[in-house]
Amino acid sequence: MGVNTAYAGREYPATAPYAVGREHLRDFASAVGATHPAHHDVAAARALGHPDVVAAPTFAVVIAQKAEAQLIEDPEAGIDFSRVVHAEERFTHHRPIHAGDELVTVLHVDAITERAGLAMVTTRCEIADSDGAPVATVTSTLAVRGADA
Amino acid sequence: MTRPAISDVAVGQSIGARTVEVGRGDLVRYAGASKDFNTIHWNDRIAREVGLPGVIAHGMFTMGQAVNVVTDWVGDPGAIVDCGVRFTRPVPVPDPGVAVVEVEGVIGAVDPAAGTVRVDLAVTFEGAKVLGKAQVVVSLA
Repeated sequence: MGVNTAYAGREYPATAPYAVGREHLRDFASAVGATHPAHHDVAAARALGHPDVVAAPTFAVVIAQKAEAQLIEDPEAGIDFSRVVHAEERFTHHRPIHAGDELVTVLHVDAITERAGLAMVTTRCEIADSDGAPVATVTSTLAVRGADA
Repeated sequence: MTRPAISDVAVGQSIGARTVEVGRGDLVRYAGASKDFNTIHWNDRIAREVGLPGVIAHGMFTMGQAVNVVTDWVGDPGAIVDCGVRFTRPVPVPDPGVAVVEVEGVIGAVDPAAGTVRVDLAVTFEGAKVLGKAQVVVSLA
């Protein structure tokens, strides 16, 4: 079964709030070798004007991938995750993410195109804070190879 | 830590370079921190079954490591307003041993009106580019 192109254009309801934890931001930063003190030390982050430790620039992928699971794990979408390769990723930060944020995400399926046994699935996660103010836009493109590719 | 002054930044200027050594343990740690448990990043058998040479690094691990060059140059992670990449080649991670990834950031564009600069990242493994169009926009305002 191939990827279901009828999912293109779909918009999902907002996710439950994602609580951004200080230790998680530290763990993620350490895992990508981000040693800047603002990721780890509250005082260093506050000295730069942030309310708490700051997420590494790619941390929003954690929130985005959780939201994208609504599509990826939907059997009707026809996406075989073992045949998925990450093709593109982009983060637009409307403001930095901090420990203590409660973030909700609306997942959009922007495009699904198929050619030569390869399906390209582009999703966009609009991440907002508890007041509805935009925090980050995460655009991701997955390449899904067909079973015979 | 103060941000670099935009008047001191010129297109073509290098902002820094680093070498990243990636072992299997680094991928396990990234999987745990990111909750990305795709088996191709920890199981050789599954990776080969889907046509890969073996376990490969998460593209997002490589991207996350590469962006550090920019964070450390600008002095405030909150200054990064946009970053995007294309994943052009996988980075196979041996066992035992490490994959060695080279990262360099160069100023690609300066926009004095917006107060932003674009850093272009060259990210290579064994001499070949693994991230394409790797661009980070930084606010120096």
